[in-house]
Amino acid sequence: MAFAHNSLSQEALLDAYRRMATIRQFEERLHEEIKTGEIPGFTHLYCGQEAAAVGVCSHLDDEDMIVSTHRGHGHCIAKGCDVIAMMKEIYGKRDGLCKGRGGSMHIADTKIGMLGANGIVGAGAPQAVGAAIAAKMDGRRKVAIAFSGDGACNQGTTFEAMNMAVVLKVPAIFVFENNHYSEHTGYSYAVGTSGDIASRAEAFGMKAWRANGSDFFDTYAAFGDLLAHVRGGHGPAAIELDTERFYGHFEGDPQRYRGPGELDRIRAERDCLIAFRQSSGIAADALDSIDAEVAALIDEAVTAARAAPVSEPAHVLEDVYADY
Amino acid sequence: MAIMNIRDAINRTLHDEMERDPNIILLGEDVAGGAGTAGGQESIGGIWGTSGGLIGKFGADRVIDTPISESAIIGAAAGAALAGKRPVAELMFADFIGVCADQIINQIAKFRYMFGGETACPVVVRLIYGAGMNAAAQHSQAFYNLLTSVPGLKVVLPTTPADAKGLLTEALHGQDPVMFFEHKALYTKKGEVPDGPYRIPFGHARMVREGGDVTIVALGRMVSFAEKAADALAAQGIGCDIIDPRTTSPLDEEAILDSVEQTGRLVVVDESPPRCSLARDIIGLVAEQGFTSLKAPPRMVTAPHTPIPFARELERAWLPSPAHIETAVRGVLDWG
Ligand SMILES: Cc1ncc(C[n+]2csc(CCOP(=O)(O)OP(=O)(O)O)c2C)c(N)n1
Ligand SMILES: [Mg+2]
Repeated sequence: MAFAHNSLSQEALLDAYRRMATIRQFEERLHEEIKTGEIPGFTHLYCGQEAAAVGVCSHLDDEDMIVSTHRGHGHCIAKGCDVIAMMKEIYGKRDGLCKGRGGSMHIADTKIGMLGANGIVGAGAPQAVGAAIAAKMDGRRKVAIAFSGDGACNQGTTFEAMNMAVVLKVPAIFVFENNHYSEHTGYSYAVGTSGDIASRAEAFGMKAWRANGSDFFDTYAAFGDLLAHVRGGHGPAAIELDTERFYGHFEGDPQRYRGPGELDRIRAERDCLIAFRQSSGIAADALDSIDAEVAALIDEAVTAARAAPVSEPAHVLEDVYADY
Repeated sequence: MAIMNIRDAINRTLHDEMERDPNIILLGEDVAGGAGTAGGQESIGGIWGTSGGLIGKFGADRVIDTPISESAIIGAAAGAALAGKRPVAELMFADFIGVCADQIINQIAKFRYMFGGETACPVVVRLIYGAGMNAAAQHSQAFYNLLTSVPGLKVVLPTTPADAKGLLTEALHGQDPVMFFEHKALYTKKGEVPDGPYRIPFGHARMVREGGDVTIVALGRMVSFAEKAADALAAQGIGCDIIDPRTTSPLDEEAILDSVEQTGRLVVVDESPPRCSLARDIIGLVAEQGFTSLKAPPRMVTAPHTPIPFARELERAWLPSPAHIETAVRGVLDWG
């Protein structure tokens, strides 16, 4: 898709790059820090998919809502979650974004429209429909977005949500990030032979887009068209973003399902940060200095997370209810 | 006898049983793993390592990798069972019964009764459960209490490699649906496993040890916590009976009541929140049928009434511990 870069201001371009670089460095750093054994639980890294989250979220305001997945760090950062509070959460610390009770898979910040990452595959899409019902009631132009993987598109909940969104004509947007794997199973097997994921959305009666989710400009342009459609009151829409995950399904995954040289190839050919440098028209040193600022931020986040206090046993009883 | 861990005991039992009965099929997400990838399907052996080597031996018709579709997995298992097969369906995390609850509680559990007694639906659902890996609120729950409350389901919680073999083999011979709960933190637990065909009838508790002063009924992973507590108490001259019910439906009520008749004191240890738990259920049983044996009010050691938190310190605080069990045992001994 031809994209007029000049439709984005220099400032917006730098901001998009900063968000992608933040996700990348956040995840690369976690990949290292996990080896120290300090980080509890399962961690699913978003590296490789940055252009998808940022290409979508760069269009959004705080009023717009997203629901995310188990691989949610990128969505959180793209939507504007505080990186230091996220890092503390992933370390399970008391002053983490969710008080250390959620961890990597369960980060939320409703104030900025990040309604939650989710450990249950397929749980998010119906929730986005509900948020879209609320958006429609509120009469604003805001939208609700469900990020889902290629694996999640096989859950009945996702089908039900797409159908219901069409029936109710609500501003729900289904973003399918097709990274070609659900855990250790290939997309070509699990999604069957019906064609791509976008065509499933079309079969329910909504308009769907397809874009290169490893390219910021392609995703940004396609999502911009989609958003104009949805904000224009035409009901739900979907987009399938073809992308890659650079690490295992979770940290510790030996990735025996990958082909020879596959990881090197996708790093070489499908790195959205490299692509951005090649096509943004922004001088390399401007991007280099963003990289350096981001590196300092991530350092600060890790240092703060490590130093942050842990919870007391009594904290386990907090917040089960609003009142009881 | 061979020494092996629970993971291998389950794997070998699946090998043996699939060999014995060509109607047994396995289905679930990544039960083989690697479908549609360059690495191929023999590369993984299942997420938990319990299905290693099965696809190579029995083929993709009997070892079925599914899309992420729990309702369809359990529903398909139900249908295959109605059509004469013996499906073993895997829920990678027991928490995912939230996705497919209808197929379990309204379908599989009801067919025999509702359809007049002629319908068999011998599905085995393997549910990987339990806290201890900081997997947080949606990947750590021990939902055996929920399924125990549903008539028509049998519920099994093996705690040793021998029991894993004996109970899984039994499940694959019976005519009823069986919810087979495997604790993720117990997979590496080792023990002796009998060679050759080995079945353990459901509804027979395992007497883990006899001590005479207090009865501890412990469920799942809590059995080993109870043993730790009992070791410490033994050093102080306090003897514990430890009962591992092994199946919560049917429940070996007699073993529990007999022991309480001797000891007069009961502690129940359960890795779930207290309300509507097995701990409450078992204490209710003893209150009703063993009241005159009791010398002190029974005590429960459970998790608190909260979801399971992520942080290490919080999960540790959430989980019952050997120290909690010791305190509870002292409490029932010191009472009155
Ligand atoms: C209901 C449910 N089933 C299974 C899982 C286990 N699981 C976690 S992530 C995942 C794969 C998801 O694949 P996809 O939707 O493509 O997302 P990706 O991991 O590629 O980001 C699976 C099977 C789960 N968390 N929830
Ligand atoms: Mg995927």
